[in-house]
Amino acid sequence: QRQALKYVQASESSQILTPEAKVTSHNNFYEFGTNKGDPLENAQEFNVNPWQLSISGEVDKPFTLGYDDLFKRFPLEERIYRLRCVEAWSMVIPWVGFGLAELIKKAAPNSRAKYVAFETLYDPKQMPGQDSRRIGGGVEYPYVEGLRIDEAMNPLTFMSVGLYGKTLPAQNGAPIRLVVPWKYGFKSIKSIVGIKLVEHKPPTTWNRLADNEYGFYANVNPEVDHPRWSQASERRITTGGLFARNRIATLPFNGYGEEVSAMYKGMDLRKNY
Amino acid sequence: MMAFLPLLALYLLAFTEQLGADPVEDVIHFTGIGAFNLLLISLLITPIAKKYRQGYLLQTRRLVGLYSFTYALFHLLNFLAFEVQFDLALFFDEIIDRPYITVGMAALIILLSLAVTSITAIRRKMGKKWQKLHNGVYLAVLLISLHFFWSVKSDIVEPLIYVAMAVFLLSLRKDKIKRWFKR
Repeated sequence: QRQALKYVQASESSQILTPEAKVTSHNNFYEFGTNKGDPLENAQEFNVNPWQLSISGEVDKPFTLGYDDLFKRFPLEERIYRLRCVEAWSMVIPWVGFGLAELIKKAAPNSRAKYVAFETLYDPKQMPGQDSRRIGGGVEYPYVEGLRIDEAMNPLTFMSVGLYGKTLPAQNGAPIRLVVPWKYGFKSIKSIVGIKLVEHKPPTTWNRLADNEYGFYANVNPEVDHPRWSQASERRITTGGLFARNRIATLPFNGYGEEVSAMYKGMDLRKNY
Repeated sequence: MMAFLPLLALYLLAFTEQLGADPVEDVIHFTGIGAFNLLLISLLITPIAKKYRQGYLLQTRRLVGLYSFTYALFHLLNFLAFEVQFDLALFFDEIIDRPYITVGMAALIILLSLAVTSITAIRRKMGKKWQKLHNGVYLAVLLISLHFFWSVKSDIVEPLIYVAMAVFLLSLRKDKIKRWFKR
């Protein structure tokens, strides 16, 4: 039931893409269960149409997008991004969508808009993990995330409505999700219903759960280990089974340092992990 | 045999790419939880045999224990071969730096010492010391509980169930354990 999308294709990538079947079957989406295969199994009945995404808060022109608007309001393009999970595995994924900056500019943020807060749909009937500790892993729902305004306006920051040329499967965060390629995957919040521009740093789900392990920034950083495992290298999931020799070095900012490191000048990235 | 076949099936599926997108995670979890299950079963045998006076059950303890060790050994080998992919520096760093891996490794060393001394000739030679060493299984089961509990990101329900099972099995032996502390 995934629809084909019209979009401007990305130029050839030098990296081997993660096969579509793996991108859509290996997911962290605790609303549908904590095992990697659970979202594929439990999200197939997830109904995303109708959908409402509201852009509100410190803006002059708040607005709401319906399901069709997600694909029509902004010209769609393809971006091939590396996705680095905080669990030290990674993928290369061809997303389809538009820059978050386009969306935010349309709402005309005012001078108090210092941060952007995101919120996932809260609907325990459809997302069984949201009212079951056993399924949802004891996370406080709805899932929330946040970016500093300059991070949100960075040209790399992307709102994805599709992958591999078609609309997003439910397990990948349909109908619309964030993709922040230089940050650990948990920042890239799925199935978003609310984007609010705010003055103060908003709470974020994994930081709330374990602030010594997951910071607000969560920039990919090989020099700052997760307390329980090393972040210096990662396993790149592409083709190949158990014997795939896929351990590679992790790069600062996931290799996007040229585009983003200036935003963190003068910050102690060990403290602001 | 019943414990061996799943292990064989696991690797067959993993090698042929039929085990999902990340077979590495799958084989590590499968062998880890398998080792824990088998160890708990081995600890359940004595209380059941005593309660229902089925002495012959005790003969199965050694085999179940050895299978538990085998699964635990594969668990470690999976981590070495497929997770860190023979990066030995990273392998030893992780064992030392990560408390949950350190306690897991300690438990594996205990299981190794139990497995090696389970050979009948060695057992005879050790005499009374043998039982003392094999009481180490109680420490191992606690370390493994901690290892599991520490390893998860937030989904603590399953580890807690395992911790409860381990504590229950130890509580059946509370008289024996109390006696050590008195001495």
